[in-house]
Amino acid sequence: MSELLPPVIVGAGPAGIRAAERLVAAGLRPVVVDEAARWGGQIYRQPPEILSGAGFTRPKSALYGFEAGKADAVHRAMAAIRDRVDYRPRTLAWNCEAGALDLLSEGTSEVLPFSHLFLATGATDRVLPFPGWTLPGVFTLGGSQVALKFQGCAVGRRVAFLGTGPLLYLVAYQYLKAGVEVAGVFDTTPFAAQARATAGMLRDPATLAKGLLFVGWLRAHGVPIHNGVRPVRGEGAERVEALVWRDARGQERRTSCDAVAFGLGLRSETQLADLAGCRFRFDEADRAWLPERDGSGRSSVAGVYLAGDGSGIAGADAAELAGERAALALLEDLGRPVEAARVKELDGRLARIAAFRRSLSAAFPFPADWADAIADDTMICRCEGITAGAVREVARSGQAREMNRAKALTRAGMGRCQGRMCSATTAELLSRALGTGPDGVGRLRAQPPIKPLPVSAGAERREVA
Amino acid sequence: MALLQRVAEQGRRVVRFTLDGRPVEALEGDTVLTAMLTNGERLRRTEFADTPRAGFCMMGACQDCWVRTEEGERLRACGTFIADGMRLLSSGEWNS
Amino acid sequence: MRERIDCDVAIVGGGIVGGSAALFLRQAGLSVTLLERDWCGAKASGVNFGGVRRQGRPLEQLPLSQRAHAIWGRLPELLGIDAEYIRSGHLKLARSEPDLASLIDYRERSQGFGLGLEIITGEAFRRRWPALGDRAIGGSLCPEDGHANPRLVSPAFARAAARLGAVVREQTPVDRVEKDGDRFVLLSGDALEVRARFLLNTAGAWSWRVAEAFGEPVPLESLHPNMAVTEPLPRFLDVNIGVEGGGVYGRQVPRGNMVVGGGRGFALDADRARPQRDAVLTLMRDAAELFPQLRHAHVIRCWTGVEGYTPDRNPIVGPSRTTPGLFHAFGFSGAGFQIGPGVGQTLAELVTTGGTPMPLEPFRIDRFSPTA
Ligand SMILES: Cc1cc2nc3c(=O)[nH]c(=O)nc-3n(C[C@H](O)[C@H](O)[C@H](O)COP(=O)(O)OP(=O)(O)OC[C@H]3O[C@@H](n4cnc5c(N)ncnc54)[C@H](O)[C@@H]3O)c2cc1C
Ligand SMILES: Cc1cc2nc3c(=O)[nH]c(=O)nc-3n(C[C@H](O)[C@H](O)[C@H](O)COP(=O)(O)OP(=O)(O)OC[C@H]3O[C@@H](n4cnc5c(N)ncnc54)[C@H](O)[C@@H]3O)c2cc1C
Ligand code: FES
Repeated sequence: MSELLPPVIVGAGPAGIRAAERLVAAGLRPVVVDEAARWGGQIYRQPPEILSGAGFTRPKSALYGFEAGKADAVHRAMAAIRDRVDYRPRTLAWNCEAGALDLLSEGTSEVLPFSHLFLATGATDRVLPFPGWTLPGVFTLGGSQVALKFQGCAVGRRVAFLGTGPLLYLVAYQYLKAGVEVAGVFDTTPFAAQARATAGMLRDPATLAKGLLFVGWLRAHGVPIHNGVRPVRGEGAERVEALVWRDARGQERRTSCDAVAFGLGLRSETQLADLAGCRFRFDEADRAWLPERDGSGRSSVAGVYLAGDGSGIAGADAAELAGERAALALLEDLGRPVEAARVKELDGRLARIAAFRRSLSAAFPFPADWADAIADDTMICRCEGITAGAVREVARSGQAREMNRAKALTRAGMGRCQGRMCSATTAELLSRALGTGPDGVGRLRAQPPIKPLPVSAGAERREVA
Repeated sequence: MALLQRVAEQGRRVVRFTLDGRPVEALEGDTVLTAMLTNGERLRRTEFADTPRAGFCMMGACQDCWVRTEEGERLRACGTFIADGMRLLSSGEWNS
Repeated sequence: MRERIDCDVAIVGGGIVGGSAALFLRQAGLSVTLLERDWCGAKASGVNFGGVRRQGRPLEQLPLSQRAHAIWGRLPELLGIDAEYIRSGHLKLARSEPDLASLIDYRERSQGFGLGLEIITGEAFRRRWPALGDRAIGGSLCPEDGHANPRLVSPAFARAAARLGAVVREQTPVDRVEKDGDRFVLLSGDALEVRARFLLNTAGAWSWRVAEAFGEPVPLESLHPNMAVTEPLPRFLDVNIGVEGGGVYGRQVPRGNMVVGGGRGFALDADRARPQRDAVLTLMRDAAELFPQLRHAHVIRCWTGVEGYTPDRNPIVGPSRTTPGLFHAFGFSGAGFQIGPGVGQTLAELVTTGGTPMPLEPFRIDRFSPTA
């Protein structure tokens, strides 16, 4: 019976698309579910489609820069198989239970049983709080890029870029090219660490060259770049008016701006893997709990496959390769013939990216001391308005020694976003207060619905055929 | 003053909607977030502290961008497209 | 090296029942060791709906329930926190004439227990709760019932006991228990051995294991009430709502979130459960029908818990019939949160005085055995 069900892919980013392509080539007709209106995922997100009249006109070279060729290839790959997949855009998978997903589309909930589930759910920005981070005008780095790429908008007229990770310089560069004033790049990484790590990045000279180019371009245009920065606060009442920050020597400084683009790398979207029953492990490089996957993309649950940034941050190229690789594993598990040479090639390329990825995280380390500097009255949970002090208090008084308990007692992570924005912070605060490593305080259990579900969907459900 | 600044793609059709009762314009293909923040400084005020919010992640993760319509409907502004005739609110319903 | 603890009373399970028993035993001056496999109050006691309700209980539970009511009234003094407990009133709705008749009948039968029930119907009902519109023809209000935050209350009992000197060990499963002469011996792996004169079996849905170890098998079934909570909404409801005949129930917390319950989740294994999709969607539909204010709201989280149910839906509370010094309290069948502290106090009383004025006959452990 379950043999007759099509495989279901969640996520139409590079990982999901390359997986779908492989499955279609083997004669299967996968279902591809994505919350977004068009395929492409995060990095290769396409502008909105306008059916009649004037639409978005920037060419891919303007939208994706150096990655335009890859973006185009991924978009075309999906277009080419479009009529051989059951593609469900604007559809959120809000639950996974007993061999089926629950989908929400146009306000209606529907059950989609699967034999094989392929999770390519991607990632969003990882953040830690600073006073003022909830002010209008403070956006994530990824969000600031989405505004530009997807909407043709800048988040402000004079934007400060704060944080770490490859996106920091990339988005600053893209803003500058779009004619927006960049108030500065405020990199949390000390200069020396970056210089050291650059050596490791020589494994991938092309990426290194791009990174250097962004930095060079920014400098050439007079953009101040500061290393070893920590934010002090965002100032403003109704919207952000300035970023106050501490330089590497501990000097407090102020930069006026009308927007702050902020991020500390990415965090994987792992909720569906959790609900599907996948075993998790703590990943040092990502400083996060991730669903276990073997080299081929198999999870700990038979029939559930993981690929792309949703199960460990490795970037877009790796996502494409891992998507295809895990699809081959799925086919192998179905007893279909797979080309051994292709498997070997993919494995080799993924291994090289993994090595490069390690040096990237050395170049953009997570600012582990940040959490200590968060004042007790700083809001850490945007949804529920919970402060750092509340979390520290339940840790210090011995009431909470792990994440779910801290959530139960303080409400941090209990709001609409289900901890997406605060759980990195809570983990840091708890583990520092308790003197454990970041792996010592567990992880938030995922709960359905993984994103808010309209109450009206209860009356609007579609029964399983 | 608007929070978001248009820097490209300005040739699209104009869409008319109201923001807190005031007739305003956006462009077809704008999200509700873009439409509201090119006409104002916030999307909503928070339930617990009555402070302004304007979204954060723009990709459906932070859930900070839920806005109301005059009919009482709730929309996630970064994931919903603007349409002619929408009647959007950015004020608080909590302390009013 | 195995640690050894000698004490008067050993308690298996740190839910609201075991935690409150520990507190009252310490107040009476006995030495207490409470062993909790998970975190205290993390199971049913910490994840329930939060209804602190006497109304609607079988009459035989009302003495214990009244005793608990008095304890709830003293929470800040006992626990040092208010745990968001409010005496909002519990309003049980009648959606038909027969349902109203049965509410009136319950009021008659429960006279003398001190619930102070008021039947309110028609125009008076609509004036008092305009938010409920005409979706009920009337209701029965228990003005001093209410609701509380279970995540805060339940762990606080064990914490208060610990402050008074109880030994509370979390992450400590009891995996063997036996009687050696006049001492109970509890083992947690190789790490810990507890010896005690008295043993309280307050292990919730898992209590049957302890009971069985002493030759008292019980037909306890694990079930999983389904819960959902919405995003915060402007206040429209100030009472805890139930519906005569069952179905959906709901309460709005002071922060504005609406908590609703109804239907059942499913077991992942013996220790964990998940909400079930059909139950969740049905609950949402029924909740929106009862509370049109939820029409445009979103559910932000669903959950369930593991609760022990008995065939007659009354708990098992009282002395073991096989083993002197052992007392059971479990099988609350979805309604042990309110009554829990009253039961804990009664257990303490049984240990310290050998008896209790509470009528426990209906809760005998051997009432289900074929020979009883
Ligand atoms: C804004 C942004 C910019 C980035 N830029 C770069 C870059 O320049 N270079 C680089 O190497 N990496 C970049 N990254 C990292 C990027 O995530 C990956 O490189 C790449 O997009 C990963 O591909 P993926 O297929 O794993 O996931 P994604 O591309 O993130 O795709 C995941 C898809 O899954 C969908 N999805 C997730 N959960 C659900 C659900 N429950 N229901 C339905 N649909 C769901 C999402 O809508 C999304 O379309 C960026 C990330 C972000 C967030
Ligand atoms: C979803 C839900 C909603 C509910 N709603 C309400 C309501 O609104 N009102 C109401 O009055 N009641 C309600 N109830 C019922 C109420 O929560 C329970 O009856 C009550 O909490 C039972 O308390 P307890 O201490 O007996 O059990 P629990 O809270 O389950 O505590 C038992 C403890 O024993 C521990 N334990 C088990 N075995 C061992 C072992 N071998 N060693 C060590 N420790 C062990 C467990 O880890 C657990 O912490 C609800 C229950 C659920 C699940
Ligand atoms: S801005 Fe984060 S969900 Fe919309």
